[in-house]
Amino acid sequence: MTNTQTIQFPADTLELVHKIINRYPEGKQKSALLPVLHLAQAEWRWCSPEVMDYVASLLNIKPIEVYEVATFYTMFHLEPVGEHVIEYCRTGPCCLMGGVEVYDHLKKKLGIETGETTADGKFTIKEVECLAACGWGPVFQIREKYYMNLTTEKVDEIIDELSK
Amino acid sequence: MKILTEHIDVPGIETIDVFRKHGGYSALEKALKTMSPDEVTEEVKKSGLRGRGGAGFPVGMKWSFLAKPEGVPRYLVCNADESEPGTFKDHYLMMKSPHTLIEGMIVSSFALGANTSYIYVRGELMYVIHILEKAIQECYDKGLLGKNILGSGYDLDLFVQPGGGAYICGEETALLESLEGKRGNPRNKPPFPAVKGLWQCPTVVNNVESIAATSWIVNNGGEEYAKLGVGRSTGTKLISVSGHVRKPGVYEIPLGITVEDFIYADEWCGGIRAGHKLKAVVAGGSSVPILPAELILTTAAGEKRLMTYESLSDGGFATGTMLGSGGFVVMDETTCIVHNTLTFGRFYHHESCGQCSPCREGTGWMDKILYRIEHGQGRQEDIDLLVDVAKKIEGNTICPLGDAAAWPVAAAIRHFRDEFEWHVKHPEKATQPGAVFMREGASWTL
Ligand SMILES: Cc1cc2nc3c(=O)[nH]c(=O)nc-3n(C[C@H](O)[C@H](O)[C@H](O)COP(=O)(O)O)c2cc1C
Ligand code: SF4
Ligand code: FES
Repeated sequence: MTNTQTIQFPADTLELVHKIINRYPEGKQKSALLPVLHLAQAEWRWCSPEVMDYVASLLNIKPIEVYEVATFYTMFHLEPVGEHVIEYCRTGPCCLMGGVEVYDHLKKKLGIETGETTADGKFTIKEVECLAACGWGPVFQIREKYYMNLTTEKVDEIIDELSK
Repeated sequence: MKILTEHIDVPGIETIDVFRKHGGYSALEKALKTMSPDEVTEEVKKSGLRGRGGAGFPVGMKWSFLAKPEGVPRYLVCNADESEPGTFKDHYLMMKSPHTLIEGMIVSSFALGANTSYIYVRGELMYVIHILEKAIQECYDKGLLGKNILGSGYDLDLFVQPGGGAYICGEETALLESLEGKRGNPRNKPPFPAVKGLWQCPTVVNNVESIAATSWIVNNGGEEYAKLGVGRSTGTKLISVSGHVRKPGVYEIPLGITVEDFIYADEWCGGIRAGHKLKAVVAGGSSVPILPAELILTTAAGEKRLMTYESLSDGGFATGTMLGSGGFVVMDETTCIVHNTLTFGRFYHHESCGQCSPCREGTGWMDKILYRIEHGQGRQEDIDLLVDVAKKIEGNTICPLGDAAAWPVAAAIRHFRDEFEWHVKHPEKATQPGAVFMREGASWTL
C-alpha cells in the first residue's frame, strides 16, 4: 500500500489544482473538491484512503470532508479497478434501444459480471444510470469517452482494440 | 423557426470565429453597449420564457426575485447536470455549439449583475467540459470575458464545475451544496437561492436551454419571442427523443405543434420504426406520468394534444402528463411497461439522497416490489401496495425527487394495470425472454 509521502501530483497538475482553487472566493477552496477528486482519480485510477487524504491536505480540509463526498458521488471508485472501466447505462431508454442484449454480450465477451474486473486487470464493468445520451443508446463510457449507438459488433471492435 | 440550433450543424461552429460569422455574440454587444441590466431583464420577462429544466417557472420573474443587497456578490449558476432519464438536449447543445450557452451566460450574468458565474456540468460529461473550457478561453482571449468586457466597464469571470455522478444535484439547492464541495443534499426552502444561494449569497440557477435562449431575446426583443408558441407556452423547446421512432435525436420545435405531427412527421421523429405501432410515451423525462397511445395523441376531451405545457397537462394526472424537461421516450408494442417502470424505480432508489425517510425507504420498497413482479414473484396485493407506497411518498419530502419517483409508478399502474396483473397471474409466461402482454383490442396490438 502506498502512503501519503509517495502520493503527489506531477507539477503541471499541481499548477492546475491551484488554478482551480482560484475559481472560488477566498476561503471557499472546498469547492475545488470535486474537480480535484476527478484529477486524482485520473492519476491513480481509484480514490484510495491515501489519495483522499492527499486531496484533503491540498485543499486544507479534514479528511472526513473528502470521504463524505467521495462516497456520495457514484463516479468515484472506492476500490481498485481495472485499466479500462466500462460504465454502461442500464436505464429505461437505453434498454428500449437494445441495451440489455448489448450489455449481456459485453459481459459474455469479457467473461465477467457487473462490478467485476478481468483476471488480467484490463477491464472492469460497472452499471450506471442514464448518461444523458438516451437517443444515441445503448451507450457506455470509458473514462471521458462516450461510445454510443452500440451494437454487439461495435462492442467487439471496441474491446478488441483496447485489448491490443 | 429555430432559435438555439439554427447553425448547430455548421462545421466549426464550436469556434468563436465561425460562431461570430453566423451572428454569434451580437446579443452580447447589444446588451453591454446599448442596454441596462434592467432592460435586459424586462425583455426576458416580456418573452414569457419559462424555465427549461423541468418546472417551467418564468425566467424573468425568477430574475426579478434576486436580492441585491449592497456589497454582497450575486451569482448566476447554470444547471447543466442533465440526468433525468430521457433527456440529453443540454448535452447536445453544449457539445455542438458551446458558444450558444456562453453568450447566454454573459448576457444573463450582465442582467443579474453577477461578476462570477458557474456552469455546473454533470461529471460524466468531462469531454463536454473540455469543449466549454476551450470556448471560454477563446472568449477571454478576445475580450468577451474578464475585466471591462468590450469597454463596457462590466467584468465577468466564467468557470465550469464538474459534478460527480448524482442525479439529485440537478435539484437547484443540491447543486449549490455540491458546488460548495459537499454532498448533494437538497436544502430546506425557504430561504430560496434568490436570497441565500451559493455561499449564502443571492443566486439564480437556470437551465442551459433557458440561459441560451436569452441571447435571441436580447437580439430580437421579448415580444418577438412571445409571438412564437401558443398562449403561455412561448418560444421553442428542445425535445430529446429516444426509443422506438425512426429518427431519435434532439429537435428544436416551436411550442404548439401537435404531438401527432411531432411523432409522425418526417420533419421530426419520422414515425414509429417500420412494422411497429405506438404503445406509450413518457413525454417529459422519467419523472412525468406515462400515457398510452390514445391519451398522448388526444386529450380525454377528444382534442388533439399539443406540445405545450398546458396541453400536455390537460386532464391532470388522471389522463394527462407534463412537458417537464422535454425528454420524450417513445415505446412501441414490444415494450414491457413493467420492465420499463422497474428501471425507473431502480433509478430513483439509487438516486435518492436519503435525507427524508418517505423517499429513502419508499423508493427502496418500490424498487423491491417492482423487481419481484418483473421476475415472476409478485403477489396480487403488490400492485395496490405500490400505489400505496407511491401515495405515501408524494408531498412528504424535502425536495421534489420523492414526487418524481412516485408519479411514474402510479401512472404506469393507472394506465397499464392489466400488464402488472398479467405478470402476477402468469409468471411463467411473463418471465420468458422478450415476453410482452398484449391488451386485447388496443390500438397497438398487432
Ligand atoms: C431531482 C431533480 C432533478 C433536477 N434535475 C435538473 C437538471 O438536471 N437540470 C435542470 O436544469 N434542472 C433540474 N431540476 C430543476 C432545478 O431544480 C431547477 O428548477 C432548474 O434548474 C431551474 O432552471 P430553469 O428555471 O431554467 O428550468 C431538477 C429538479 C429536481 C427536483
Ligand atoms: S426527497 Fe429524496 S432526494 Fe429529495 S431530499 Fe428527500 S431523500 Fe433526498
Ligand atoms: S437512458 Fe441511457 S443514456 Fe439516458
